[in-house]
Amino acid sequence: MRKYYDFFKLRFATGIQYRMASVTALTTQLIWGLMECLAYKAVAEASGGSMPMDYSSIVQYIWLKEALYVFFNTWSSDNELFSMITSGDIAYELCRPLSIYSMWFSRITGARIAETLLRCVPVLICAFLMPRPYRMTLPASGAAFMFFLAALFLALGITITFCMLVYMLCFFTIAPQGWRMVLTGAVEFLSGNVIPLPFFPKKYLFLVELSPFAYMQNVPFRIYSGDLAGSGIYPYILKQIFWLAALLAAGTALWKCAEKRMVIQGG
Amino acid sequence: MIEFNDISKSYRIARRGSGFGNAVRSLFLREYDTIHALNHISFTINDGEMVGYIGPNGAGKSSTIKILSGILSPDSGSCLVNGRVPWKERKEHVRQIGVVFGQRSQLWWDIPVIDSFELLQSIYAIPVSKYRDRLDELTQLLHLEDLLKTPTRQLSLGQRMRCEIAASLLHDPKLLFMDEPTIGLDAVSKIAVRDFIKKMNEEHKTTVILTTHDMQDIEAITNRVILIGKGQKLMDGTLEDLRLAAKSLDPEGENSETDIDHIIAGLYARLNIM
Amino acid sequence: MKIGENIKLYLKYASVCTQSIMQYKVSFFLMITARFMISFCELAAIRFLFDGLTRIKGYTYGDILLCFAIVQMSFTFAELFGNGFKTFSGMVRKGEFDRMMLRPRSLILQVMGSRFELGRTGPLLTAVITLALGIRHSRVTWDMAAVWTITAMTVGGTLLFIGLFILEASFCFFSIEDTSLINVLTYGAKSHGKYPIDIYGRGILRFCTYIIPYTLFQYYPLQFLLGKAQDWYLPLCPLGTVVFWLVCHAVWRYGVKHYKSCGS
Repeated sequence: MRKYYDFFKLRFATGIQYRMASVTALTTQLIWGLMECLAYKAVAEASGGSMPMDYSSIVQYIWLKEALYVFFNTWSSDNELFSMITSGDIAYELCRPLSIYSMWFSRITGARIAETLLRCVPVLICAFLMPRPYRMTLPASGAAFMFFLAALFLALGITITFCMLVYMLCFFTIAPQGWRMVLTGAVEFLSGNVIPLPFFPKKYLFLVELSPFAYMQNVPFRIYSGDLAGSGIYPYILKQIFWLAALLAAGTALWKCAEKRMVIQGG
Repeated sequence: MIEFNDISKSYRIARRGSGFGNAVRSLFLREYDTIHALNHISFTINDGEMVGYIGPNGAGKSSTIKILSGILSPDSGSCLVNGRVPWKERKEHVRQIGVVFGQRSQLWWDIPVIDSFELLQSIYAIPVSKYRDRLDELTQLLHLEDLLKTPTRQLSLGQRMRCEIAASLLHDPKLLFMDEPTIGLDAVSKIAVRDFIKKMNEEHKTTVILTTHDMQDIEAITNRVILIGKGQKLMDGTLEDLRLAAKSLDPEGENSETDIDHIIAGLYARLNIM
Repeated sequence: MKIGENIKLYLKYASVCTQSIMQYKVSFFLMITARFMISFCELAAIRFLFDGLTRIKGYTYGDILLCFAIVQMSFTFAELFGNGFKTFSGMVRKGEFDRMMLRPRSLILQVMGSRFELGRTGPLLTAVITLALGIRHSRVTWDMAAVWTITAMTVGGTLLFIGLFILEASFCFFSIEDTSLINVLTYGAKSHGKYPIDIYGRGILRFCTYIIPYTLFQYYPLQFLLGKAQDWYLPLCPLGTVVFWLVCHAVWRYGVKHYKSCGS
């Protein structure tokens, strides 16, 4: 028993040191979210109620984006895997009697969930305590919340399978950093991280909705905020399932390719 | 001339005590441990001398080099290098010193060595004709002909060290500080570096201060040795003095006569400065 | 003479850095494309947001484009020249900064020079496109005063952002590794500064005047440029960023002194 207590104390002591860093991270995210809320407020006032999303939905969207930042971050996450691929150390992973794709998939998912759990609680608490128009609220119904959760995990799966596809592609090029930056930069815009997708003009939105990017953070955030509701939700969830399956298939296929190549080259 | 007079330097290192209570406390107030890196050290080095500055790891060698080159200011004491206080008149002071760090590179990784040299020419504002002469001389002495057009990343360690040394001497410094210049080099490169240092000293009267753990460096190059340990100067004299000191500390020592490495190791042990 | 020599050295640094980067041409090309694309998406975002609106808090689409272009240019120039300060903690860790102290040149010049990165210019293309669009859409009369104002705003903004980068770098001297708060002041300002600051309300406007004086190069001269106010001193506001820069520089010098007495 004593052993576990000591272990806990050790973890906690290192945890405290991280705490300082998370206080500044929290402040950063609150400032960022609040600035966005203020900017959309000005837009909302200018539009006189004819915005493609109503203001309270936008506020929910912004706070969810801040709280679940790590979930859908395509740019700076998963550096461990990425540097393994670029340095060629991934060859060692071949020695393990496991499917590397599923191993990395679960590892990345686990890391993202753990970090998000740590980060999102303080952000959400603060968001629920904000003054009126900028306050985060609960979703319209319990059913909406269940749909939100389902869509959230599907979206997480799509984001991660897509990221892994990008990393695998980087395996075949001589400038992986550059490709990664181009691809993830595009995703950021097309998945609604810069502005929510409903603000896109119809003809562009049609194109984006043909891609997997529209089924990342876009779907769960809009379900939570009530922008997507009722029977409108189903086609989105179905398409999410489709894209998750498609990206999984593409990723494993590409991985097999990479594996063969490595064996031929001898690591 | 270098006058290093009664210099002391101590560092404060943040102490992070073990355990939970200390981790919480360190959020609000940090506690520090004081480490005396240099303790009232004095010496004088004349122009044209070649001095070996030795001592075990953590003895204060790097702090001394840093103070002499103006990167670090001491807590107390005075230091004059050719009449200037190094850390106060940085720009004037560094014009006349060259520093070689054996474990760090100042050459640009991806471009040919000669381009790094040309950048240094601009940095030190060396007149073109003087730069040419100097480059020719260094190229010849260090056998750099075939290396100059090669990017640094493609050089072997020995080749790179020769280029590093040339880079530190392009501006014709009167003083040369070398911090472990032969670390990791193969036998041929080591000998080449030693020969070069001796030649530099003969032809240009360059003063050389060398820290090293390689006692053959000391035997081959220097005529004077300063031994420090735990921040204190323990000895200042010739290599012969060092042998005598070792002998007097341990008259019945088995191998105090034979090998300089053993003499030094014996001295460290007996003076209790490991 | 002395300034001339420093400029010469800076150009030499720039050419060496560029030569280094050109060893990896594909990567360079992709980076510059990616940075252009990301900034271009921001422009698209403004376009989409403005769909169907005529004015936001009194600013037209053209007004906002001008503001966005100026902030984007300032920040890009600051990143181009001040990139060294952004990677400064690495320089200290690897002993590169010690090496700079061994050279008879200004430390700031060496830090700036040794990390000149041409790949940072990608967003400049977006800024130029935005500026052209902004000029076409806005009702600004293009006289000498307007040209001066827009130039001064850009230069002032560059100075202010470089000042913030220097401030961030100075933290390394006191072994503060966590710089996320100051990132809000740089990246946050770039990203949210695309709209005139008064859009965010009184409180933010005050903060951006008295704490970090963004308004000196953005809000106040912009009022003049767009013809919303005629006071003679407004186009001179960007000069005030020099004072802010000097404050940052003083912190830097204090940091260097501290570094000399403490080691790394």
